[in-house]
Amino acid sequence: MIIQSIKMAWEAITSNKLRSFLTMLGIIIGVIALVVLVSLVNGATGAVTSEITALGNDMVTVNIRDDKGSPIRLEDLDEISALDAVHQTAPSGSVNFVAKHGYSDATVSLYGTTPAYYDIQGLDLKYGRFLKTADIDNASYVAVLSYSTADELFGKSDVVGESLTIGGRSFLIVGVLEEDDSLFAAMLGGYSVYAPFTVESRMADEPYVTSIAVSPAGDTDNTEAQVSDFMLARLHQDEDAFHIVNMSSISDAMSTVTGTLSLLLGGIAAISLLVGGIGIMNIMLVSVTERTKEIGIRKAIGAGKKSIMMQFLIEALMVSLMGCLLGLVFSWMILALVSAIAKTISFSMSLGVVVLAVGFASAIGLIFGLYPANKAANKHPIDALRYEG
Amino acid sequence: MTAGKPIITMTDVTKVYTVGGEEVRALDGASLVIREGEFVSILGPSGSGKSTLMNIIGCLDVADSGEYILDGQSIEQYSEEELARIRNKKIGFVFQNFNLLSRMSALSNVELPLIYQRVHLGERRERAARALERVGLKDRSNHKPTELSGGQQQRVAIARALATDPAILLADEPTGNLDSKTGEDILALFRELHDAGDTIVLITHNEEIARQAQRRIHIMDGRVSEVES
Ligand SMILES: Nc1ncnc2c1ncn2[C@@H]1O[C@H](COP(=O)(O)OP(=O)(O)OP(=O)(O)O)[C@@H](O)[C@H]1O
Ligand SMILES: [Mg+2]
Repeated sequence: MIIQSIKMAWEAITSNKLRSFLTMLGIIIGVIALVVLVSLVNGATGAVTSEITALGNDMVTVNIRDDKGSPIRLEDLDEISALDAVHQTAPSGSVNFVAKHGYSDATVSLYGTTPAYYDIQGLDLKYGRFLKTADIDNASYVAVLSYSTADELFGKSDVVGESLTIGGRSFLIVGVLEEDDSLFAAMLGGYSVYAPFTVESRMADEPYVTSIAVSPAGDTDNTEAQVSDFMLARLHQDEDAFHIVNMSSISDAMSTVTGTLSLLLGGIAAISLLVGGIGIMNIMLVSVTERTKEIGIRKAIGAGKKSIMMQFLIEALMVSLMGCLLGLVFSWMILALVSAIAKTISFSMSLGVVVLAVGFASAIGLIFGLYPANKAANKHPIDALRYEG
Repeated sequence: MTAGKPIITMTDVTKVYTVGGEEVRALDGASLVIREGEFVSILGPSGSGKSTLMNIIGCLDVADSGEYILDGQSIEQYSEEELARIRNKKIGFVFQNFNLLSRMSALSNVELPLIYQRVHLGERRERAARALERVGLKDRSNHKPTELSGGQQQRVAIARALATDPAILLADEPTGNLDSKTGEDILALFRELHDAGDTIVLITHNEEIARQAQRRIHIMDGRVSEVES
């Protein structure tokens, strides 16, 4: 009987293709809205989250605004490193200069730091080496270039052993980092050069450490608390004298925002699916009236209430599910297109969202099909037979 | 022809419609017996209660009072679902305006009552094809009703009525929408089916057509009486 009902529903749907398609359109658009919006948010969230992780998810940074007469020297960082919840500590002074090589020049951010910075930031070398303790101690004019900096100034990446001038000083290039094709690098778009803290601080005329990068040992929140206590003790309990940023709390906040966003967009999409459902109900009601005679004939030759009910319910369900299927196909195409355009982010349809769409569409087909189907099933055979439409 | 067992036994059946506070006695104490293998015509002028009688015989409606026994089964205040099942098994309707489903082929139309009997595909096809063969439309199985003449459509409707081997064939003005020549062909088909043993009830307002039957029952203002031939 179910197979027969499906066959009948299929015949009814295909007998008026345009109308069936227009009825489905509400569901198609609803499903596209649901799947595309949720997938876009998920894709973007995934991309941003992985960027944050790449940036040093487990990193805590401290910026000192006012040293209260007890500035932090490079040696003092050992005190922070000695805290239980701290793994490594590195200064990260920065200053902008024009860097030159031959006829090419570029404004670069010169970061003054120590070897520990490499691990804290999770950097990757392509050529040469990173800064060494000896470089810091001797205040050597050596530099590690980001891939894009090397490319901009030299037109190539393997430039270890060459030299360049930064702010009028000559530096020996000892290393080049891996190319960073992440979204953040693209967004920030700057050229970075890493040099010994001792060199950078002299050039920036800022002998003290004003910015510190800390990698945690264990829980990041713990690290944040301990570093914060340390800074408070040092800076006369003035909370405004420094600013501490916990990268993992940024990504937590980020995921809360995107979670809310996908819920909101999903909600909007659900409303459009609901509107699609009302469209189905509307057309089904018209269809039931138009087919009153058919219902009468079927009842006269022996169709019971249940059979008629089943026939119309399956028809509504089928319209809804076909709309859902088409919507999924279109969504897939749209996501493929967006991914092709966005390049760096790939948006894919998760199984979860597909299941959600199919579940929602079925529920809508059933709920909005119920009333018309019931109306059809309850028609009196004599009245229905007499109906001339 | 020997008188078979009674298929229809109606005793004192009444059906009253109330329209605007006024009672219309569409059937007023109607009693009749129709036996297996009979070909009976029910004759009466417009408004005499013919369709009302057919609806009750055909279990599309139930009487307000009186007793109706169909094929040994007393039809009382059954639920719609049960009445549908009885119609499906025991009644074969033939309507004035054919009442075929225009979207479906002749064969599918004939199959329809068998679908509701949950007969499986193979047997269903076979029985539907046999019914179409009986009405001489074997070669039109795949035609849609719109591709058939009026007479052919009525034959398909008769085949649909025959497909389930019903206890009676119930025809309400089956020739009303046909020209006289085609109408005669259909009546000839009914006689043929009667000769083959089917029980037929033919409802008409036309004396001429009624005369084709073996037995005539007259209905007037909801009251039934036998006409001696
Ligand atoms: N649903 C109804 N509601 C009210 N009155 C009805 C209804 N159906 C039939 N009647 C009345 O019952 C009487 C018998 O009607 P019926 O349809 O049985 O006549 P008929 O013999 O079939 O006439 P015709 O040859 O014109 O079809 C008529 O007076 C009609 O007005
Ligand atoms: Mg009538």
